[in-house]
Amino acid sequence: MSFSRRFMLRAAGALVGGAVALGAFAAKAEDTIKIGILHSLSGTMAISETTLKDVMLMLIDEQNKKGGVLGKKLEAVVVDPASNWPLFAEKARELIAKDKVSVVFGCWTSVSRKSVLPVFQELDSILFYPVQYEGEESQRNVFYTGAAPNQQAIPAVDYLMSADGGSVKRWVLEGTDYVYPRTTNKILAAYLKSKGVADEDVLVNYTPFGFSDWQTEVTKIKAFGSAGKKTAVVSTINGDANVPFYKELGNQGIKATDIPVVAFSVGEEELAGLDTKPLVGHLAAWNYFMSIDTPENKAWIEKWHAFTKNPKRTFNDPMEAHVIGFNMWVKAVEKAGSFEPDKVIDAMIGVSTENLTGGLSTMMPNHHITKPVYIGEIQADGQLNTVWQTPGTVVAQEWSPYLEGSRDLIADWRKPLSCGNLNVKTGKCGG
Amino acid sequence: MTLARLFAALFLFCCLAAASSAARADPLDDTLGLFLDDKFPQTEKAIGQLAISGAPTGTQILEALADNRLFIDKASKTIVFKNAAGDIFSAKTGEKAANIDEGALKKVRVNNGLRSAIDAAIGSMTLASPDPAKRVAGADAVFKSHDPKDLPAVDAALAKEKDQHAAQALRQARAAILVLSADAPEADRLAAVGLLKERGDQDAQGLLDELSQKAGEGPLKAAALAGLASIKSRLALWDIVQNLWYGLSASSVLLLAAIGLAITFGVMGVINMAHGEMVMLGAYSTFIVQSLLPPAFAQWSLAVAIPLAFVIAGCMGILIERLVIRYLYGRPLETLLATWGVSLVLQQLVRTIFGANNRQVVAPTFMSGSIEVGGLSITTGRLWIIVLAIAVFTALQLVLRATSFGLRMRAVTQNRRMAAAMGISTGRIDMLAFGLGSGIAGIAGVALSQIDNVSPNLGQGYIIDSFMVVVLGGVGNLWGTLLGALTLGVANKLLEPFVGAVLGKIILLVFIILFIQKRPRGLFALKGRAVET
Repeated sequence: MSFSRRFMLRAAGALVGGAVALGAFAAKAEDTIKIGILHSLSGTMAISETTLKDVMLMLIDEQNKKGGVLGKKLEAVVVDPASNWPLFAEKARELIAKDKVSVVFGCWTSVSRKSVLPVFQELDSILFYPVQYEGEESQRNVFYTGAAPNQQAIPAVDYLMSADGGSVKRWVLEGTDYVYPRTTNKILAAYLKSKGVADEDVLVNYTPFGFSDWQTEVTKIKAFGSAGKKTAVVSTINGDANVPFYKELGNQGIKATDIPVVAFSVGEEELAGLDTKPLVGHLAAWNYFMSIDTPENKAWIEKWHAFTKNPKRTFNDPMEAHVIGFNMWVKAVEKAGSFEPDKVIDAMIGVSTENLTGGLSTMMPNHHITKPVYIGEIQADGQLNTVWQTPGTVVAQEWSPYLEGSRDLIADWRKPLSCGNLNVKTGKCGG
Repeated sequence: MTLARLFAALFLFCCLAAASSAARADPLDDTLGLFLDDKFPQTEKAIGQLAISGAPTGTQILEALADNRLFIDKASKTIVFKNAAGDIFSAKTGEKAANIDEGALKKVRVNNGLRSAIDAAIGSMTLASPDPAKRVAGADAVFKSHDPKDLPAVDAALAKEKDQHAAQALRQARAAILVLSADAPEADRLAAVGLLKERGDQDAQGLLDELSQKAGEGPLKAAALAGLASIKSRLALWDIVQNLWYGLSASSVLLLAAIGLAITFGVMGVINMAHGEMVMLGAYSTFIVQSLLPPAFAQWSLAVAIPLAFVIAGCMGILIERLVIRYLYGRPLETLLATWGVSLVLQQLVRTIFGANNRQVVAPTFMSGSIEVGGLSITTGRLWIIVLAIAVFTALQLVLRATSFGLRMRAVTQNRRMAAAMGISTGRIDMLAFGLGSGIAGIAGVALSQIDNVSPNLGQGYIIDSFMVVVLGGVGNLWGTLLGALTLGVANKLLEPFVGAVLGKIILLVFIILFIQKRPRGLFALKGRAVET
């Protein structure tokens, strides 16, 4: 099955890639600055990525209304990598080499990011990556505006362990079988162990992509949860598999008060396709919720609804990450006085910009940003209601201190260090 | 002037006195005052006070709080709640509140801890309800929270309980409280262990497990361990039944998705890669029906959606057959590529019309939740899908066996050229058979909209499984498809608990490859001369 899906996607990419010759924009005058948008508009990932393209178009539109950057107008170049990982690399090359974009905003899955990395290194351009991911990476050409595991997964586990979260003693780590859940679960298992959780109180389980028959898995969770200790599920289930999972939870009558599920990949966008009444109280951990009550957020959502002409459009965490990333890029360009990627990369570190939740996010030397962490409970109206938040912002640990092999590594892209994996014990760059 | 001032002062004094005495006289005001803070610890305190206050509006307030219908009116600093229809009532009096500005209302927040507290409070408050079903629900809620402070209420309710069922629930709730309270007499606790062992479900198992971990060595711990062992062995038996049931349910989904393919693939030998998209169109028809039907008919949405999905997907099938497949008969590779192209076009078309996001399809109430039969929990949605699969299978058999269209179709399947020689218009039969197969895929889509995402990618997840079923079952035989679906579904669900979902799927694929090596024509092979050509 996996073979044929990949096979399908590849051909889908070939078909659509030919059709979407949006490079045609390129014929415009020379005094505009081009910004590449590399998000899937077709295929399996279109569900999450299409809306990120819309956010970028809105941001560029807004900036142009303010007079552009350094006196030049911005222009979006949209390409469709069609949820096809190799095509991501091809499209990235097309954007940088042919369309001469100054910066690219794009990618969702870790596979797609890994596939474009060599291109960005070779052609020396900038990528802003807006999604929470498994960490264990820091590249000179990439700015990670999503959360590292310590900015999402670990605070969520801490919350559940606390009295407010129900003093959870037993853990099910349920994930889709690919790199993000496997790495995150490895970090979480090590973290739980360090907190004194016994091995028999942790159950790790993986399911394939797009899994839809959750009966057996949910029964297993139910059985694991009836051992006289408070149990919670930490879900790194990806994309489409979430809806049938939550439906099965609801049908088997597992309420959030019995076994709460905290998810790292379920946001307002995913909940929009679900009847959330049976799910009230299940949790999600993010760095932004649409429901957060700050004047900045309210004003932003009004603008967003006006731009999309749809008063019901949701706004979620990766979208906020693009807003932060774009504003940081504008500030860095103004600071550097140039659009040259090399100069902008150096100017990025230390740039601070307001996030939508009323705080400041700063680009750190490890190319990750500082973020507040919010734990929210699903409401009957599909929104997430904050029940807990970190007092301030959290600095990303791109190399997890809980994993063997990455414990001693740090990333610092300031000169003269300029290294993404410096071993502090040996003092050598390169792991 | 002085007199007027004196009167004013006197009036004010009287008002204040009245207000303060009212506050003293009614503890409900203090309780409701706690809600005004909208802080979790205060709210929890208020819930506890409401549970024992005996206030007539107590249950209503707690139910509203659990459903997020309890509000702080910021203008008058009072607590109000809405009913399901959105009318606003005063929490203090339970009477309709007039002149409330909706904009000044702020929800009282709850979290999971508070929700548990609310459930427990409502449970203990309904123990004395006149309705026996409510008393059972109340006792179950107390069982779950097993809070020692509910013990007097349970004892009082038990003393007057006449209904056998409710009495049993109350005894179990009492046992759940006693078994974990260290200061209860040991004899009572041992009896409680016995009651829990009798109950024998996962909740009882959880309580006994907790007891066995907490209790010191002695008869209590021994009893707990013995009870635990007996429950575990009983549940292990039910586990097997449960897995078989899950297998049956998985089979019904496979059968629904594959049976349409069995017709197109079986009759015409067309490898239709767009079959999954017919399923997807069926699911979207359900969405369309639900968004167009007035809410009063929501229960009937699926009954309307099934024929509509059949027609939409069937027409689309006929259209594809007439426009594309007709020209490609006898060229399997080209058909495969062309139908695959069609599937991509359909996906992107739906994505353009409905957006890339999942669409929400609501389950009618009779299709949500589950029923417990012994240790077996049957989700009603899945049960109805099995019923639908059986109905579709029977109807299709009837069409094939008892109608002239079915007779012609079987003739074309067995020997196309002979059938044509007998005067059957094979082109027309092809078209109708393709429409029938696609239409049934549409019906499958209605069922799948209940358990899976309604998204443009819906069909992709089922196309490969459908082909596996048809190939395993044998081309051109519906009984083969049925057996193929049952084999794959049950084997998958029996493997899953032991090897996990990922490895289970791999093992099944390997099994099918080996099986096809041994029997290339599947379980039920068509026989006859025509087959060989």
